Amino acid sequence: MSKFNAADYVVPKLKSLPPSGIRKFFDLVANTKGVISLGVGEPDFVTPWHIREACVHSLEKGYTMYTSNWGMPELRKGVADYLSEKYHVSYSPENQVIITVGASEAVDLALRAVVDQDDEVIIPDPCYVSYKPCAAMAGGTVVSIPTKAENDFKLTAQQLENAITAKSKVLVLCYPNNPTGAIMTKEELLQIAAVVEKHNLLVISDEIYSELTYSGQHTSFASLPGMLDRTILINGFSKSFAMTGWRVGYATGHPEIIGAMVKIHQYTILCTPVTAQMAALEALNNGMEQVYHMRDQYNQRRRLLVNRLNDMGLDCFEPKGAFYAFPSIKRTGLNSEEFCQHLLNEELVAVVPGEAFGESGKGHIRISYASSINQIEEALNRIERFVNKRYKSEVNLSAQA
Amino acid sequence: MFDNNMGGESMREKILEMLSCNSRISHDQIAVMLNMNPQDVTREIKAMEEEKIILKYSTLINWEKTKSHTVTALIDVKVTPQRGVGFDEVAERIFRYPEVRSVALMSGSYDLSVKIEGKTMKEVALFVAEKLATVEHVQSTMTHFVLKQYKQAGVVFDDKEEDRRQVITP
Ligand SMILES: Cc1ncc(COP(=O)(O)O)c(C=O)c1O
Repeated sequence: MSKFNAADYVVPKLKSLPPSGIRKFFDLVANTKGVISLGVGEPDFVTPWHIREACVHSLEKGYTMYTSNWGMPELRKGVADYLSEKYHVSYSPENQVIITVGASEAVDLALRAVVDQDDEVIIPDPCYVSYKPCAAMAGGTVVSIPTKAENDFKLTAQQLENAITAKSKVLVLCYPNNPTGAIMTKEELLQIAAVVEKHNLLVISDEIYSELTYSGQHTSFASLPGMLDRTILINGFSKSFAMTGWRVGYATGHPEIIGAMVKIHQYTILCTPVTAQMAALEALNNGMEQVYHMRDQYNQRRRLLVNRLNDMGLDCFEPKGAFYAFPSIKRTGLNSEEFCQHLLNEELVAVVPGEAFGESGKGHIRISYASSINQIEEALNRIERFVNKRYKSEVNLSAQA
Repeated sequence: MFDNNMGGESMREKILEMLSCNSRISHDQIAVMLNMNPQDVTREIKAMEEEKIILKYSTLINWEKTKSHTVTALIDVKVTPQRGVGFDEVAERIFRYPEVRSVALMSGSYDLSVKIEGKTMKEVALFVAEKLATVEHVQSTMTHFVLKQYKQAGVVFDDKEEDRRQVITP
């Protein structure tokens, strides 16, 4: 009789999937006491009270059952109305909207629905941590396009054109961007759309930070001419309404594609929890004022953070969306992992190394400003002390040499 | 319904909001956070001080945590309206007393809401009986003592809500 070895049963493609770069750093931070963390990718606000209250009320009224696989009809209609009014994209709540367990599930469903073995999935880098693993698990081949600080971390049409091969099928976009805070304007997106059309690509556009845009209006990729059917638009409640723990998101798109996503969803998830859907409905119906209030707060913190980072000599391009700054730390002479580890040890401040989000994040750190002004200021004081010490010692070393 | 609410508030209102949250914030910091010129911020604040929009820079204190206990009461005051004597005059006769912390004209079943602070309940009660109730045109008073302050000026005093987020998330 042969010996049971659990690891032998795990499929090879999972074994070769690299663990999340964030996870490694998380363990380090979690084991250090008294840390100020600007490494958190979610709002510091608690979900507005009226939303929490609506959820409690729904429980009292006995909303404890399954919903339609697609999500509650009222919520789908609310989502369609919201997208139509805010971003000028029109979807039928009947067959073009699916309510998912966070945008995370929507990303996975979208990739699984459209990516087949060896299809190429083009992903600008650095990017949110789940795209590449999900694309790989769906069997696709990831093609990274490095985005750069000198281009404000935007994808250019030329870069996209250069990445196209006979196997190119899907492009993943995420603006406003995690981790860089970059946004893309309508004009810039139009140039991307032209390449998408030319090469018959499908776009998965993760616009979860759409409400957190600090310069002009957010343009949804799906709203561009000819892009409505070609785009799987993903959004959710986590960031805009400070509802990360509720796990509600959604995807909209062509009925064929959304229908395919619902097929996977109905067998794997069945439906998004009704309690969370009830809360999301209240958020859409009565929560916009709070969204704008939170956006104003983030915007004030953003200006403070970017101003101080540049003052202390950490070059930081202006992030115009989400709640992250992505400064370069190259002048300290450290790589981003070293920077983060030393900063944690010496000053008890946690930020995330840029390469946790991909190769082109190297030399950068992600600083989240989803924290109170007091916390941000104290963390900045510590970072400044750290950088001065590092930078001075570098200068002294080179002077001696 | 989902309108963008861009720039609904004026710069003045934004400055005031920041000051009301933290009166010690520097003009430079306000300028950075609101994307304004520091000189403009200083000028606006000075103007608002002169226009008595900004009256005072004070500190929110939870006095219950200090040794110097004070007693606070809210008093509903009914006033007999009389020819030639409006609420303003009666209010003024009341707010001149230093014991009176605030006075407001109310809609509803009484007219003036008066907040009194004193060292002891007895001191407050005596003030009401001897001073407030005897002010001309005051018809009746109803005194409510504050037993515990939970929230004031938007701040929860004993806030148990903490940051429950994981230290690092993607
Ligand atoms: C770009 C991006 N997409 C998706 C998600 C996941 O969102 P959700 O909580 O809706 O699953 C995040 C969360 O950090 C994100 O930053």
